[in-house]
Amino acid sequence: MPYLLVLPVVAVMAAILGYPIYYLVRLSLQKYDLASLITHQGTYAGLYNFSLVLHDTVFWHTLLRTIVFTAVNVSLTMVLGMLIALLLVRVSTWVRLLLTAGLVLVWAMPPVVAVQVWGWMTNIQNGVLNYILTELHVGNYFQHNWYATPTSQLAMVTSLIVWGAIPFVTITIFAALSQVPHELVEAAEIDGARAWRVYKDVTLPVLMPVVLILTSLSIIWDFGVFTQPYLLIGSGQQNTSNYLMSVYLYIEGFGKNQFGIGAAISILMLLIVAAMSVVYVRRMLRVGEAT
Amino acid sequence: MTRRLPRKLGWNALGLIVFAVMIFPVFWMASTAFKTNDEIYSFNPTWIPSKPTLRHFSAAINRAYFWTDVKNSVIVVLATVVIALILSFFAAVALAKYRFSGRKLFIVLVIGIQMLPQAGLIIPLYVVLAKHSLVNTLTGVTLVYLTFALPFCVWTLRGFVLGIPKELEEAAMVDGSTRLGAFVRILLPLIAPGLVATSVFAFITSWNEFIFANTLLSSGSKQTITVWLSYLWSGNRAVDWGEIMAASTLIAIPVVIFFLLVQRRIAFGLTAGAVKG
Repeated sequence: MPYLLVLPVVAVMAAILGYPIYYLVRLSLQKYDLASLITHQGTYAGLYNFSLVLHDTVFWHTLLRTIVFTAVNVSLTMVLGMLIALLLVRVSTWVRLLLTAGLVLVWAMPPVVAVQVWGWMTNIQNGVLNYILTELHVGNYFQHNWYATPTSQLAMVTSLIVWGAIPFVTITIFAALSQVPHELVEAAEIDGARAWRVYKDVTLPVLMPVVLILTSLSIIWDFGVFTQPYLLIGSGQQNTSNYLMSVYLYIEGFGKNQFGIGAAISILMLLIVAAMSVVYVRRMLRVGEAT
Repeated sequence: MTRRLPRKLGWNALGLIVFAVMIFPVFWMASTAFKTNDEIYSFNPTWIPSKPTLRHFSAAINRAYFWTDVKNSVIVVLATVVIALILSFFAAVALAKYRFSGRKLFIVLVIGIQMLPQAGLIIPLYVVLAKHSLVNTLTGVTLVYLTFALPFCVWTLRGFVLGIPKELEEAAMVDGSTRLGAFVRILLPLIAPGLVATSVFAFITSWNEFIFANTLLSSGSKQTITVWLSYLWSGNRAVDWGEIMAASTLIAIPVVIFFLLVQRRIAFGLTAGAVKG
């Protein structure tokens, strides 16, 4: 009976994902270009694609850049998300409701829409960001170009991603905060513990499982992010100096019709992400097994 | 108390600042959409449109392919959701109610597949679809969307099926129905809210999807609405920001409404079990 019930999903997934993944492995061992796409026939090339990619400094630079980018994004998301969650506990009810509603609204923004809004806010001519920074006397940002250097471009992408990711983190941590025993916090306060000690020794241990899950999810998502960098920096502005892993793979493999090389990069990337997913999948497996 | 009050005011003030910063991009989008061009391109921007206009909205909906691409999005999304929901319902029941060998592997796959970066799959999916002449068709995109919609629906529905008390199911069986009969008569009505929530969330994910649609659909009349929107602004060429913000608002509205309906029910699926340890 259970096999009959899972059969449809397994069959469909095998056809639409299993078969392509088998094909991915085959492609990675072939020389496969635009002509091959038309004839549906590549030529066997052994591990040539892998050796090409692994001997290419662009691959290693992109990998390193993506790791740094992911570390920055995840740290910012987790720290800010956590701080806002702790703030939510301390404000009056009406502020809490207002802030939560705002966070849910931000959470609901489609990524492609958010990219357009970011593009407009950071626009060189009439971007409101330059106006606000100048008005606040942060410096003279009149017609400042936020997309002049790779670092600045990626910083814009980071701000967009962190902004979009905070609501999920904050609201999940806020839900977990309700599990922190009140008596424990009060007892610690009566004992004269400072706020930081209470947080570190009472609150944080209770939050740890949630923080762990959220961090691993964020790492996986940010490492593979595509839409935001591709659209915000602009498809025409992508180059070896600002590539993130997904964009690199997309342009070098798909954009340049080097499907064999792209397949090799895909496999390397999927393996990296699979390795990063172990913590998360194990945790969720325990959830699935327990019930 | 006297010491607490000012502190509370401080937290509230900070809370309001955070609210203002977080909400600002959404506000700015909507505000720009209603402004006249003079106001949009002024060097001293106004916060609220002083002479609200619908000009940009009518420009957006009258632009080539807007309605065609909205229709494409709706077709792809509905097909994805309906197929994913029907197929995954049975698998979710199997996961929640039965122990079977291979179950562990199945769970690992269901969760693991959701973690795969979409860019990593685009090349094999494209080549395989090209082989079967499914590139630049809505059918092809629907098949691709199922690769992430199916595992998501299986896992989320599993949670909802679990929420149904075993006693109810047993009571139905005592009454002489078969196990299948019990599922249909007792489970189905109880799980309806879960089905709605899951389908709405799958709807949102598919509606927002960009990379697959952008790669697989090349002609303007075949694209989805997110791809349509991305073409309004590419790089540094002169663009009509009023129209882009109006279009952005229009495209975000259905998502926001749906999201508000189901956010409470669904958002914790990804972190299930973490909150209650």
